[in-house]
Amino acid sequence: MTLINESVNRVEQRKKYCRFRKNGIKYIDYKDPNFLLKFINEQGKILPRRLTGTSAKYQRKVAQAVKKARHLALLPYVADNLK
Amino acid sequence: MIGYNYETVFILNPVLSEKEAKDTVQKFKEVLTQHNADVYHVEEWGIRKLAYPIQHKSTGYYALMEFSGSKDSVKLLETEFRRDERVMRFLTTALDKYALEYNARRRKGEFNRSKENTIVKPKKENLAEEL
Repeated sequence: MTLINESVNRVEQRKKYCRFRKNGIKYIDYKDPNFLLKFINEQGKILPRRLTGTSAKYQRKVAQAVKKARHLALLPYVADNLK
Repeated sequence: MIGYNYETVFILNPVLSEKEAKDTVQKFKEVLTQHNADVYHVEEWGIRKLAYPIQHKSTGYYALMEFSGSKDSVKLLETEFRRDERVMRFLTTALDKYALEYNARRRKGEFNRSKENTIVKPKKENLAEEL
Protein backbone atom coordinates (compact mmCIF):
# COMPACT_ATOMS: atom_id res chain seq x y z
CA MET A 1 0.00 0.00 0.00
CA THR A 2 2.82 2.38 0.79
CA LEU A 3 4.11 1.93 -2.74
CA ILE A 4 0.84 3.12 -4.23
CA ASN A 5 0.74 6.18 -2.00
CA GLU A 6 4.27 7.16 -2.89
CA SER A 7 3.63 6.98 -6.62
CA VAL A 8 0.51 9.14 -6.21
CA ASN A 9 2.54 11.80 -4.38
CA ARG A 10 5.24 11.77 -7.01
CA VAL A 11 2.68 12.22 -9.77
CA GLU A 12 1.12 15.16 -7.94
CA GLN A 13 4.32 17.13 -8.28
CA ARG A 14 4.55 16.63 -12.03
CA LYS A 15 1.77 17.13 -14.51
CA LYS A 16 0.56 13.81 -15.89
CA TYR A 17 0.49 13.34 -19.61
CA CYS A 18 -0.59 10.72 -22.07
CA ARG A 19 2.55 8.99 -23.28
CA PHE A 20 0.88 7.91 -26.54
CA ARG A 21 -0.16 11.42 -27.50
CA LYS A 22 3.19 12.84 -26.50
CA ASN A 23 5.27 10.30 -28.40
CA GLY A 24 2.90 9.95 -31.34
CA ILE A 25 2.27 6.24 -30.82
CA LYS A 26 -0.81 5.23 -32.77
CA TYR A 27 -0.84 1.48 -32.31
CA ILE A 28 -0.38 -0.52 -29.14
CA ASP A 29 1.07 -3.95 -29.75
CA TYR A 30 -0.45 -6.77 -27.73
CA LYS A 31 2.49 -8.99 -28.72
CA ASP A 32 4.92 -6.97 -26.62
CA PRO A 33 4.28 -7.99 -23.00
CA ASN A 34 7.25 -6.04 -21.65
CA PHE A 35 5.74 -2.78 -22.84
CA LEU A 36 2.30 -3.64 -21.49
CA LEU A 37 3.84 -4.29 -18.07
CA LYS A 38 3.85 -0.50 -17.58
CA PHE A 39 0.05 -0.49 -17.56
CA ILE A 40 -0.65 -3.29 -15.11
CA ASN A 41 0.04 -3.59 -11.41
CA GLU A 42 1.90 -6.44 -9.77
CA GLN A 43 -1.28 -8.48 -9.51
CA GLY A 44 -1.74 -8.21 -13.26
CA LYS A 45 -4.62 -5.74 -13.05
CA ILE A 46 -4.90 -2.91 -15.55
CA LEU A 47 -3.92 0.40 -13.94
CA PRO A 48 -6.51 3.19 -14.00
CA ARG A 49 -6.13 6.29 -16.08
CA ARG A 50 -5.82 8.44 -12.99
CA LEU A 51 -2.50 6.77 -12.22
CA THR A 52 -0.97 6.42 -15.67
CA GLY A 53 -2.31 9.66 -17.19
CA THR A 54 -3.26 7.90 -20.43
CA SER A 55 -5.97 9.64 -22.46
CA ALA A 56 -9.34 7.94 -22.74
CA LYS A 57 -8.79 7.01 -26.39
CA TYR A 58 -5.54 5.19 -25.69
CA GLN A 59 -6.68 3.73 -22.39
CA ARG A 60 -9.28 1.77 -24.35
CA LYS A 61 -6.56 0.51 -26.66
CA VAL A 62 -4.26 -0.35 -23.76
CA ALA A 63 -7.07 -2.31 -22.12
CA GLN A 64 -7.77 -4.21 -25.35
CA ALA A 65 -4.08 -4.97 -25.86
CA VAL A 66 -3.67 -6.26 -22.30
CA LYS A 67 -6.71 -8.48 -22.69
CA LYS A 68 -5.44 -9.89 -25.97
CA ALA A 69 -2.05 -10.56 -24.42
CA ARG A 70 -3.75 -12.36 -21.54
CA HIS A 71 -5.64 -14.60 -23.91
CA LEU A 72 -2.37 -15.60 -25.58
CA ALA A 73 -0.72 -16.28 -22.21
CA LEU A 74 1.76 -13.46 -22.77
CA LEU A 75 0.46 -11.83 -19.59
CA PRO A 76 -1.21 -13.56 -16.64
CA TYR A 77 -4.85 -13.08 -15.70
CA VAL A 78 -3.91 -13.26 -12.03
CA ALA A 79 -0.45 -13.00 -10.53
CA ASP A 80 1.18 -12.36 -7.18
CA ASN A 81 4.53 -10.81 -7.96
CA LEU A 82 4.80 -9.50 -11.48
CA LYS A 83 7.26 -6.73 -10.73
CA MET B 1 -8.98 -10.80 -53.80
CA ILE B 2 -7.67 -8.10 -51.55
CA GLY B 3 -10.03 -7.80 -48.65
CA TYR B 4 -8.96 -7.10 -45.14
CA ASN B 5 -5.67 -7.42 -43.37
CA TYR B 6 -5.42 -9.77 -40.46
CA GLU B 7 -2.81 -11.21 -38.22
CA THR B 8 -3.14 -14.35 -36.22
CA VAL B 9 -1.05 -15.66 -33.37
CA PHE B 10 -1.44 -19.28 -32.38
CA ILE B 11 0.11 -21.53 -29.78
CA LEU B 12 0.98 -25.11 -30.65
CA ASN B 13 1.48 -28.00 -28.30
CA PRO B 14 5.10 -27.95 -27.06
CA VAL B 15 5.26 -31.75 -27.16
CA LEU B 16 5.61 -31.59 -30.96
CA SER B 17 9.08 -31.92 -32.40
CA GLU B 18 10.49 -28.88 -34.17
CA LYS B 19 9.78 -30.40 -37.56
CA GLU B 20 6.20 -31.29 -36.65
CA ALA B 21 5.62 -27.76 -35.41
CA LYS B 22 7.03 -26.28 -38.62
CA ASP B 23 4.85 -28.63 -40.67
CA THR B 24 1.78 -27.54 -38.72
CA VAL B 25 2.53 -23.88 -39.35
CA GLN B 26 3.00 -24.74 -43.03
CA LYS B 27 -0.34 -26.54 -43.03
CA PHE B 28 -2.22 -23.47 -41.79
CA LYS B 29 -0.40 -21.31 -44.27
CA GLU B 30 -1.63 -23.62 -47.02
CA VAL B 31 -5.18 -23.49 -45.65
CA LEU B 32 -5.07 -19.74 -46.20
CA THR B 33 -3.42 -19.76 -49.60
CA GLN B 34 -5.93 -22.34 -50.84
CA HIS B 35 -8.71 -19.90 -50.00
CA ASN B 36 -7.19 -17.05 -51.98
CA ALA B 37 -5.71 -15.29 -48.99
CA ASP B 38 -2.28 -13.79 -49.36
CA VAL B 39 0.03 -14.79 -46.51
CA TYR B 40 2.78 -12.19 -46.64
CA HIS B 41 4.54 -12.80 -43.38
CA VAL B 42 5.09 -15.83 -41.16
CA GLU B 43 7.06 -15.62 -37.97
CA GLU B 44 7.83 -18.46 -35.58
CA TRP B 45 8.74 -17.39 -32.09
CA GLY B 46 9.46 -20.96 -31.03
CA ILE B 47 8.93 -22.41 -27.57
CA ARG B 48 7.99 -19.73 -25.04
CA LYS B 49 7.00 -19.91 -21.42
CA LEU B 50 3.29 -19.33 -20.88
CA ALA B 51 2.11 -16.82 -18.28
CA TYR B 52 -0.29 -19.45 -16.98
CA PRO B 53 -0.74 -23.14 -17.78
CA ILE B 54 -2.89 -24.10 -20.78
CA GLN B 55 -3.96 -27.75 -20.99
CA HIS B 56 -1.61 -28.47 -18.07
CA LYS B 57 1.38 -27.27 -20.07
CA SER B 58 3.70 -24.48 -19.03
CA THR B 59 5.28 -23.80 -22.44
CA GLY B 60 3.98 -23.41 -25.97
CA TYR B 61 5.22 -23.05 -29.52
CA TYR B 62 4.18 -19.59 -30.75
CA ALA B 63 3.70 -18.65 -34.38
CA LEU B 64 2.49 -15.47 -36.07
CA MET B 65 0.95 -15.11 -39.54
CA GLU B 66 0.02 -11.90 -41.31
CA PHE B 67 -2.30 -12.16 -44.26
CA SER B 68 -4.86 -10.34 -46.34
CA GLY B 69 -8.03 -12.08 -47.33
CA SER B 70 -11.80 -12.14 -47.09
CA LYS B 71 -13.81 -12.50 -43.92
CA ASP B 72 -14.60 -16.08 -44.92
CA SER B 73 -10.92 -16.98 -44.99
CA VAL B 74 -10.73 -16.11 -41.28
CA LYS B 75 -13.74 -18.30 -40.54
CA LEU B 76 -12.19 -21.22 -42.40
CA LEU B 77 -8.86 -20.76 -40.69
CA GLU B 78 -10.47 -20.67 -37.26
CA THR B 79 -12.52 -23.82 -37.86
CA GLU B 80 -9.27 -25.50 -38.92
CA PHE B 81 -7.67 -24.30 -35.66
CA ARG B 82 -10.53 -25.74 -33.63
CA ARG B 83 -10.34 -29.08 -35.40
CA ASP B 84 -6.62 -29.45 -34.92
CA GLU B 85 -5.63 -30.85 -31.55
CA ARG B 86 -2.11 -29.53 -31.85
CA VAL B 87 -3.35 -25.94 -31.52
CA MET B 88 -3.76 -24.89 -27.90
CA ARG B 89 -4.78 -21.24 -28.41
CA PHE B 90 -5.26 -18.80 -31.28
CA LEU B 91 -6.19 -15.16 -31.78
CA THR B 92 -6.95 -13.42 -35.04
CA THR B 93 -6.93 -9.63 -35.15
CA ALA B 94 -8.04 -7.31 -37.92
CA LEU B 95 -5.36 -4.73 -38.64
CA ASP B 96 -6.10 -1.03 -39.08
CA LYS B 97 -3.81 1.36 -40.94
CA TYR B 98 -1.76 2.12 -37.82
CA ALA B 99 -1.30 -1.56 -37.11
CA LEU B 100 -0.14 -2.15 -40.68
CA GLU B 101 2.39 0.65 -40.36
CA TYR B 102 3.59 -0.73 -37.05
CA ASN B 103 3.86 -4.28 -38.40
CA ALA B 104 5.82 -3.13 -41.44
CA ARG B 105 8.31 -1.45 -39.13
CA ARG B 106 8.31 -4.46 -36.84
CA ARG B 107 9.14 -6.77 -39.75
CA LYS B 108 12.15 -4.67 -40.56
CA GLY B 109 13.24 -5.23 -37.00
CA GLU B 110 13.01 -1.62 -35.84
CA PHE B 111 11.70 -2.52 -32.42
CA ASN B 112 12.82 -5.40 -30.25
CA ARG B 113 15.47 -6.80 -32.55
CA SER B 114 17.14 -3.47 -33.20
CA LYS B 115 17.03 -2.68 -29.48
CA GLU B 116 18.49 -6.07 -28.64
CA ASN B 117 21.20 -5.65 -31.23
CA THR B 118 22.20 -2.18 -30.13
CA ILE B 119 22.16 -3.08 -26.45
CA VAL B 120 23.68 -6.53 -26.67
CA LYS B 121 26.55 -5.66 -28.97
CA PRO B 122 28.17 -2.90 -26.89
CA LYS B 123 27.85 -5.11 -23.83
CA LYS B 124 29.80 -7.84 -25.60
CA GLU B 125 32.46 -5.36 -26.63
CA ASN B 126 32.72 -4.08 -23.08
CA LEU B 127 33.08 -7.60 -21.81
CA ALA B 128 35.83 -8.26 -24.30
CA GLU B 129 37.65 -5.12 -23.17
CA GLU B 130 37.33 -6.12 -19.54
CA LEU B 131 38.62 -9.59 -20.26
